[in-house]
Amino acid sequence: MSSLPSNLMAAMLLLPLIGAGIIAAAPRLLAKHIAVGSSLAVFAISIMLAWQFPEWTSGRFWPNNSASELALGVSFTLGIDSVSLLLILLTTFLTPLALLGSYTSVAHREREFYAWFLVLLSAMLLAFMARDVIAFYVGYEFTIVPMLFLIAIFGGDNRRYAAIKFFVFTFVASVITLSGLIYVAAARAQTGLPWSFGLAELQSFAQSNDFSDTQRYWVFVAMMIGFCVKVPFFPVHSWLPLAHDQAPTGGSVILAGTLLKLGTYGIYRVALPMAPGAAVEIAPLLITFCIIAIVAISLVCFAQKDVKRLVAYSSVSHMGVAMLGMLALNPVGVSGSVLYMINHGLSTGALFLCIGMMYERYHTKDMDKLGGLAKKMPIWAFFMVFFTMTSVGLPGLNGFVSEVMCLLGAFSARPSTALEWPGLIGPRWMLIAGVGSVIFGALYMLYMVGRVVWGPLKEPGHGHGHGHESSHGHAHAGGHDNHGLPPDLSAREVVTLAPIAALCLFLGVQPWYVLDAIGPSATTTIAAYPEAVKNYLRTQQEAEAAKGSLAGETTPEITVSPDATSATGGRISSLSDGSATSHLPISSATATP
Amino acid sequence: MINQLTLILPEILLIVGAVVVTVLGVARSKVWRDAVPTVTVILLLASCFLVHVVSTEDRLSQAPLIMPGLGLYAKTLLLVGAAALVLLGFGLIDRKLEMAFASGRAAFDPIRVMRGEYHSFLLLSVAGACLLCNAPDLIWLFLAIELVSLPTYIMVATSRAARRAQEAAVKYFFLGAMSSAILLYGFALLYGATGTLQLSGIREAFAMQAAQGGVGTLGIIGLTMVILGLCYKISAAPMHIYAPDVYEGAATPLTAFLAFVPKAAGFLALILLLSTASYTLNAANEMVAARLPQPIMALLWMVSVLTMTLGNIGALLQKSLKRMLAYSSIAHSGYMLIGLIAGPAIVDGFGGSNAGGSALSGTNAALFYLLSYAIMNIATFGPLASLERNGEEIETLDDIAGLRQRHPGMAASLAIGAASLIGLPPLLGFWAKLYLFAAGIERGQTILVIIAAVNSGVSVYYYLKLLSEPLVAATNARSETISASPSMWPRMASIVTAIMLVVAPLFLTKALDAANAASAADARTAVRVAPTTDTLGVSGDDQPSAPEVKVGLGN
Repeated sequence: MSSLPSNLMAAMLLLPLIGAGIIAAAPRLLAKHIAVGSSLAVFAISIMLAWQFPEWTSGRFWPNNSASELALGVSFTLGIDSVSLLLILLTTFLTPLALLGSYTSVAHREREFYAWFLVLLSAMLLAFMARDVIAFYVGYEFTIVPMLFLIAIFGGDNRRYAAIKFFVFTFVASVITLSGLIYVAAARAQTGLPWSFGLAELQSFAQSNDFSDTQRYWVFVAMMIGFCVKVPFFPVHSWLPLAHDQAPTGGSVILAGTLLKLGTYGIYRVALPMAPGAAVEIAPLLITFCIIAIVAISLVCFAQKDVKRLVAYSSVSHMGVAMLGMLALNPVGVSGSVLYMINHGLSTGALFLCIGMMYERYHTKDMDKLGGLAKKMPIWAFFMVFFTMTSVGLPGLNGFVSEVMCLLGAFSARPSTALEWPGLIGPRWMLIAGVGSVIFGALYMLYMVGRVVWGPLKEPGHGHGHGHESSHGHAHAGGHDNHGLPPDLSAREVVTLAPIAALCLFLGVQPWYVLDAIGPSATTTIAAYPEAVKNYLRTQQEAEAAKGSLAGETTPEITVSPDATSATGGRISSLSDGSATSHLPISSATATP
Repeated sequence: MINQLTLILPEILLIVGAVVVTVLGVARSKVWRDAVPTVTVILLLASCFLVHVVSTEDRLSQAPLIMPGLGLYAKTLLLVGAAALVLLGFGLIDRKLEMAFASGRAAFDPIRVMRGEYHSFLLLSVAGACLLCNAPDLIWLFLAIELVSLPTYIMVATSRAARRAQEAAVKYFFLGAMSSAILLYGFALLYGATGTLQLSGIREAFAMQAAQGGVGTLGIIGLTMVILGLCYKISAAPMHIYAPDVYEGAATPLTAFLAFVPKAAGFLALILLLSTASYTLNAANEMVAARLPQPIMALLWMVSVLTMTLGNIGALLQKSLKRMLAYSSIAHSGYMLIGLIAGPAIVDGFGGSNAGGSALSGTNAALFYLLSYAIMNIATFGPLASLERNGEEIETLDDIAGLRQRHPGMAASLAIGAASLIGLPPLLGFWAKLYLFAAGIERGQTILVIIAAVNSGVSVYYYLKLLSEPLVAATNARSETISASPSMWPRMASIVTAIMLVVAPLFLTKALDAANAASAADARTAVRVAPTTDTLGVSGDDQPSAPEVKVGLGN
């Protein structure tokens, strides 16, 4: 533990906690400065870590040593690869900005707000750094406690309910994930190996012959339950819009920006490499949910009147695209998915910051009460439109790159054993997903921006003849109003948004720096998948062939009819492989030509 | 004999101390009366120290104990825990009466002073729980269990002037008497099934029966009744119904006591008794750890699932804090039963240690859970015991709303205690649950563990109220009248335990090693003790036949 990287990582974990401790003891008014200062220090350390990082294009972990072991094989081994490091950088980058964006909006119990925020930072970093599933779980699970307080103390009118719903959803699901992880460790210990919760050890065990297919299946299901709730995935997403709706701006930024990424990161790092066979079996179901999420949630977004809820729902739809890229199970899709996590964190985080700035001035997020704000707040309107464009995937901005990669990955994931990276999606489904994500996604966002930013000027306080600056009646939980805020963005707010905008632009025109780093890691993560998918396709074929042979005895012409579709066309081409035909019953082998 | 007496010196000290405390309690001088709780704490800690002095490896291995290591761990836990629980009661018992004496409103009346009695009964009850770890036979075990229970009935009745306390005591007593009867009947059947009262003899007889094709029906029925009887002590379903009423009726420090000492005693007794049935003979006629007999497994499985489910569902519906915590305590008994179902580690050969770490013992996990439950229990009950409204106990969730504004330490302690009871990492409760679940899964109880995981998900809902009311909510009219009780000790105890919940995971290895030593050592003595089990002379018929059966089995 004395090496430089371990020290840097330990410093990144401890510094926020120390900062939180100082905040608890310091005067109330200093809290925000201490918080921003310590989160900036963490950001600086993370830059140093990235500077030192030698494995940018190798896909390996660094450092590769194991730390002192607690009892029962639990160790706090820290190690990062390029993907973890990118997500760490995203976290440390967004946190000071989210804090800076909260300067005026948090007007009561500041010390608690900023202290919990720093604790949250530390927990997220632990989850991204851990190479031990229990250490990962500690970070992953502990994030919900600070978030509970951020929502429950500083949120909107329905904050208690939202916070409890958030907590119960994520906790119940992740306890099931934990059970799955313990199960793998226990099965490993039963074979006589010493107890260990090391990620690498568990994954190599789960793929060995000591672990049966049934076990793998259920372990994967258990892990996905927890991660899918965190993502949040389509049928279990209902906590997210509520949590976002009620959360304070800073909380929303981090929730959308990095907390949700813990779910996809968990799938990428823990679940996918753990059980390839099982993942392939469940993938069709998950892909179906992805497509429903993309299309149906896009439609749900149209029905929203609240700007923040709309962006929250769009997160669900966007994470559906990220999941689709991941489930394409090829390097393009998975790299795109990881890039999507980063881009979504930037653009949605920034959108929540913009909405928070608007809310501070007008105390409403209702689209019916707002309109034409570009006339009053041109700088704000610029950023709002800019981040909407990154979110809908305008070419030249970062959202475009990752969305195209996810769709491309999914498009090329055809179920054919002849491909180097076969998948389970195929082009037909992609049409729906593509239309959903590209067209609907753009439509509802542009519709929202069109109403709020352009059109005739509409301000909630205007009707009373006071102008919005004296709308005391809208004072919310904190009891403060917008005195002290200029009509348009202040310098502080511009400083908050500008770095994100610059990064979005940079990632839009020069994504290669990041993509080159993601690529090797993504390839390593899904290394076992081509084989697993091919096995799955073969068993599918055998099942179909067996069905066909039964049918062939009675009505021979039926066996010919499925050939028309492109999907089976791919399969038939594979039938000419010796390996595939050897498993087939004679009758079907003779029937297919 | 001298050896065994030496081993129970700590308990003898406690019983002598109980007399001393009673006398101190009726002293005319207030200074002496006030010294009672302090003396009690000193006695408990001295006794704990004594445990470590007398429990030498040598003495333990010579004593006829089936789990020689158990005492050191369990007694330390019980005595230190009880000392902390006495701290919770500082200044609470009889404060009104003392104030009346002081102001001259009432003349001093030794009959009405209960301070000494309360503490002396507490000492007796703890002494019973400690004695239980040293039990070589069923008679000793039964007497020890009764010594734990009987004082608690009186403590409940006298802990508060309220009528509810008396009602609770009557319920507690009658149901307790019934459970004792069931337990005793079970013991009688065990004697019938094995022909001996010695625990080691019973273990041998059961191991022999298991090797011959299963523990006999009589033994199974006996064990079933024993388990049902002890379910009362650990407040497990179906004998849990009394718990909410009794916990609510008793004074809060006593509620914390009831949630720990009798429960710990019940679990220790269960561990001892179940360990008699979890061995079998291998081909070389050596005793090896095995699974519990199937019907006992099934019974414990159902009890565990019912207990955690009913406990959590019951807690969801409560508004009263103490009732909620009573149900929560029931649920935690259900979790701990997972450890007992998983049973001792199955290792190669008798006396093989699991130093390699590849075999996990459910018994260890349960013992470790007991330790962390003790700490969580005090951290959660502590704030309730140290806060009051006009001299009355605080009762509902409204009372603790916004607690952080006026009593930040108590709010933090309550929140940390609740978070640890949920099992949130990185608090101690998480690690306890982790080991319990790991042991359960390793021994093939995956479904049970998943039920427990879902249950702890359900429990989040009510623990969150304990977590968020003090820290998040604003104060209301009720909670503004809350004040801290005059004594600082309950507050100290809760803050120290809350800090322990955060810091203790750093010393995880040590705690687990201690728990390991507590249950792993039992393998050593059985072989040595087996030939001398006929101290009662009753088992004479059975013992000689044993070698023949073993040989027959070997062929």
